[in-house]
Amino acid sequence: MQIDKTLVMYLEKLGRIELSEEQRAACEKDLQSILDYIDTLNELDTEGVEPASHSFPVANVVREDVVTNTARADVILANAPDSREGCFAVPKTVE
Amino acid sequence: MEWEIVMGLEVHTELATKTKIFCGCSTEFGGEPNTHVCEICSGQPGTLPLLNRRVVEFAVRTGLATNCEITRKTKFDRKNYFYPDLPKAYQISQLYLPICRNGCIEVKGQDGNPKKIGIHEIHMEEDAGKLVHDEFADCTLVDYNRCGVPLLEIVSEPDFRSADEVVEYLEKLRAILQFTGVSDCKMQEGSLRADVNLSVRPKGQAEFGTRTEMKNLNSFHAIARAIEYESRRQIDLLEDGETVVQETRRWDDNKGISYAMRSKEDAQDYKYFPEPDLPPIEISDAYIEKVKAEMPELPEAKKRRYQEALGLSEYDTSILTSDLAFVRLFEATEKLCQSPKDAANWIMGEVMKLLNDSGTLPEDMTLSPEKLAAVINMVKSGKINRGTGKKVLEKVFSEDVDPETYVKENNLAQITDLSALRPVLEEVIAANEKSVSEYKGGKTQAMGYIMGQAMRALKGKAPAQEVQKLLHEMLDN
Repeated sequence: MQIDKTLVMYLEKLGRIELSEEQRAACEKDLQSILDYIDTLNELDTEGVEPASHSFPVANVVREDVVTNTARADVILANAPDSREGCFAVPKTVE
Repeated sequence: MEWEIVMGLEVHTELATKTKIFCGCSTEFGGEPNTHVCEICSGQPGTLPLLNRRVVEFAVRTGLATNCEITRKTKFDRKNYFYPDLPKAYQISQLYLPICRNGCIEVKGQDGNPKKIGIHEIHMEEDAGKLVHDEFADCTLVDYNRCGVPLLEIVSEPDFRSADEVVEYLEKLRAILQFTGVSDCKMQEGSLRADVNLSVRPKGQAEFGTRTEMKNLNSFHAIARAIEYESRRQIDLLEDGETVVQETRRWDDNKGISYAMRSKEDAQDYKYFPEPDLPPIEISDAYIEKVKAEMPELPEAKKRRYQEALGLSEYDTSILTSDLAFVRLFEATEKLCQSPKDAANWIMGEVMKLLNDSGTLPEDMTLSPEKLAAVINMVKSGKINRGTGKKVLEKVFSEDVDPETYVKENNLAQITDLSALRPVLEEVIAANEKSVSEYKGGKTQAMGYIMGQAMRALKGKAPAQEVQKLLHEMLDN
């Protein structure tokens, strides 16, 4: 896969960040080398091998349906940059 | 030109678990903002999700009840997007291996024959928080109480061709979710939400038209209206030579119109990838057998049992099984009054009328089976007549009075001692000399008037047949 400036700018938009022209060029180069490396991995024959999404062979890690948390809105809101009326306050979003 | 409407549904239902999907916070509705919130569901750095086992159980139960295949090795995926209703900036959902696939629910098709509506998949995911847009402070307030509440998204195939099919499917799905205990399905609290994908095409054409997605449909009535509106809008556009734009539209039920929310031109790219924080779930045959064995009786099975064991008609049973609140009331009342037919008739007649007149939803009804059975038993034994029974039930329904005490205190019981009738009737005869002499003179219709006066004097508490018999006895010779 070929990384170009348009794709980098699209990724900026998805990631809600803005890069300078310099950073953009560096990003293009880095992403390309990462993808080239992945292309190398693609040369491996993985026929019949189940895709792995986890490093450890564990499954079915679950908990019981029991309430363990108590109300402590003050603690939860303590790290919020801004809070009002018991809520997190964020820049206005419009649907 | 004749047009065909093509629809598919995405139904979200909040599960009736005690806790959220990935943490031990309560799922209780309401509550002060951010009081059912912890480090995990508010997306604080360094926290890890831990799956609630009931969510898997409820998903498998729903899948089995809707004829789905259960995916034996299922896992979660991340759906990434930036919006403050999700503090992690991603929703944990399922894309690649949803827990249930290829199911169906049967409805009545347009030709009157049974029609299968396909279920493409059912997947598990977490609900988002609630945003309040403050008009004055120029900021948005976020409450994460709902964030992390477990959801099932039930995605149908584009098999619907009319609003009636959509509403019947939703009614059946709601009944299944309620009867299996998976969800309480309160639309007004958002625990059952339906989005409608709709397109139109000339009848006979194989390809689908461009579709729109409609959101904010808060009742079955609103869904039917929104479908009517949106199909008309698309047909009008196409007939005027214009095109339908693929977009998400919000239904405004007060105004009876929908408007575009966001255009899909700015296509959402959710960058899905496998969720690394949650190991996969493996579902064994033994597990499926266990869920099957513990499955509560489903609406269709109840319908059959009511017909076969209790002798009710197909019509009666389909009404009684349309809502879990009716089933609960019916089953308990029927046992207490030992008469399925009476219990069914009173629920389908008087109780539904009272619900309707007062605008009460079945699930909010406070009427207890004990009190309903008490009214039925008093009517059955002849202690009160049917008309009085209805009035008593009305009082029970609105003020939760005790029916037996109420009948006693208001002196509503039937006069069972017939000797007590005679003095009252003598008074009536004396007070209505004119009608009495007309009757005696051969004007038989005058009896109707005298009878009316008698029943009035008795406040309707005596059996009419006995009163008439006695009046004839007193006047005919």
